[in-house]
Amino acid sequence: METQVMEDHIIDVRNLSKKYPSGFQALNQVNLQIKRGEIFALLGPNGAGKTTLISIICGLVNVGEGQVLVGGYDVVKDYRQARKQIGLVPQELAIDVFAFVWNTMVFSRGVFGKPRDDAYLEEILKALSLWDKRHAKIQFLSGGMKRRVLIAKALAHEPEVLFLDEPTAGVDVELRRDMWRLVEKLRQRGTTIILTTHYIEEAEEIADRIGIINHGEILLVENKRELMKKLGRKQLILQLQHPITQIPSELNGFVLQLGEDGKTLTYDYVDNQPTNHVTEVLAAIHRSGIELSDVQTKQSTLEQIFVSLVEESK
Amino acid sequence: MNWYAIKAIYLSELHRSWRTPLQSIASPVLSTSLYFIVFGSAIGSAMTEIGGVSYGAFIIPGLIMLMVLTESTSNASFGIYMPKWSGAIYEVLSAPVSAFEIVVGYVGAAATKSIILAMLILLTAKLFVDYSILHPLWMMLFLVLTCITFSMLGFILGVVADGFEKLQVIPLMVVTPLAFLGGTFYSISMLPEFWQKVTLFNPVVYLVSGFRWSFYGTADVSLTLSLVMISTFLIIFMLFIWWIFKTGYKVKI
Repeated sequence: METQVMEDHIIDVRNLSKKYPSGFQALNQVNLQIKRGEIFALLGPNGAGKTTLISIICGLVNVGEGQVLVGGYDVVKDYRQARKQIGLVPQELAIDVFAFVWNTMVFSRGVFGKPRDDAYLEEILKALSLWDKRHAKIQFLSGGMKRRVLIAKALAHEPEVLFLDEPTAGVDVELRRDMWRLVEKLRQRGTTIILTTHYIEEAEEIADRIGIINHGEILLVENKRELMKKLGRKQLILQLQHPITQIPSELNGFVLQLGEDGKTLTYDYVDNQPTNHVTEVLAAIHRSGIELSDVQTKQSTLEQIFVSLVEESK
Repeated sequence: MNWYAIKAIYLSELHRSWRTPLQSIASPVLSTSLYFIVFGSAIGSAMTEIGGVSYGAFIIPGLIMLMVLTESTSNASFGIYMPKWSGAIYEVLSAPVSAFEIVVGYVGAAATKSIILAMLILLTAKLFVDYSILHPLWMMLFLVLTCITFSMLGFILGVVADGFEKLQVIPLMVVTPLAFLGGTFYSISMLPEFWQKVTLFNPVVYLVSGFRWSFYGTADVSLTLSLVMISTFLIIFMLFIWWIFKTGYKVKI
């Protein structure tokens, strides 16, 4: 083994920078550690560097500066050991459309250096509802089915790490459900899953940790729950029985927004903070004589956190 | 060595050819048969012998070379260009395979297909003309070396080409004319003295000459020179492929 790393890090990216011949700096001093067995979601706007980062780890793009280890093996010096552990589902439907499903599976397993194992391939195809299509020519499959084939191919050599680059873009609900079921199954087996997605609610639902990247820099890596707790904002929304034209003086000490119709008061606060003054706001409302018809609270989504972080980084 | 990967690429490439039997097998065999009918039987019957060999038999090695050069080049170039074009090449590039193993898989499959085609044409020729092979082992050596060398050229073209048109330029505009003018249908001794000298700049002359010698024991240039030339091409193309993978030219950024 080239370099020893902490045992629970299956992927270790160290000071990775990449500048394309065009001069575009795609990655800048990226450091990222992925724990073995976790589901990690990498979020970032288009052109943020997500695909470049994945491509370097998988060996599709040359390393600029820095080092990448997969399971402790350097992706350049020990590329065979490193790549054996990786399965990649690309963003595009990049596949030989004239091939047959079964043959392309056999090819994928072989090219990653594994002896043929028809029983395993059958299991994968069945898990992705592709078994009935095993003798079909890929060109005659729907877009969703082609994507299933790409996932099946990536799993054909039993990888330790699975990269899903925008796996649900343009995919129907059924496949999305199948896919997440499979992801859960893989996680139970101990497979590490790294996904990039535009559907942030998916990351919110299935990921253990979230990384946000923009302009080739990692803005943060955080446990999903921690992230939501730390950066999540809450809103207290008060529906008034009678409209008001201005906020009463009793509420002057708090930052409240009055809705355009004069019937809503909104108070932003940080979740789980002892100093969030929710009690004081409600007491002041009571003192002011305002009558309420309803009280709601709203939690900011990962999407809002993501957007605000990306905005800040501009 | 990742033998499973070599086998996977090799078999998948051969399978690709069998998916289109009309284009891969029937078409080259048919077109070569037409040459035998027109030049061998029809025109050839009115021609004198060349070096003690009937004209129909004389053109067999040349026709096989013509087919082998064009088929090796175009088949190998398509083999690597298609996954590059569709994006499916990502799988091979992200797999634990070395450049050497990739080349052995792709070039080996293209060369195998050309050798099989050459054998089919040799069998088909029996239907039209009577011939014998004086040095069968030398014939196989020349055939295998030529198939590998020009499959390598095809591989290079497939990597370098960035469009279907460019993929066809070298096989159609360079390889085919050189093969036609390389002594496929004639002995270069039949040319005027000036053109005999000019034609020596055509590398295909040496391949056809050596191959024809293995059939009939007569050659336009010496056997050693033919072997040196084919080996030189082999080494040049090997070095070029090595450079492509070393620098990542048109493969990786």
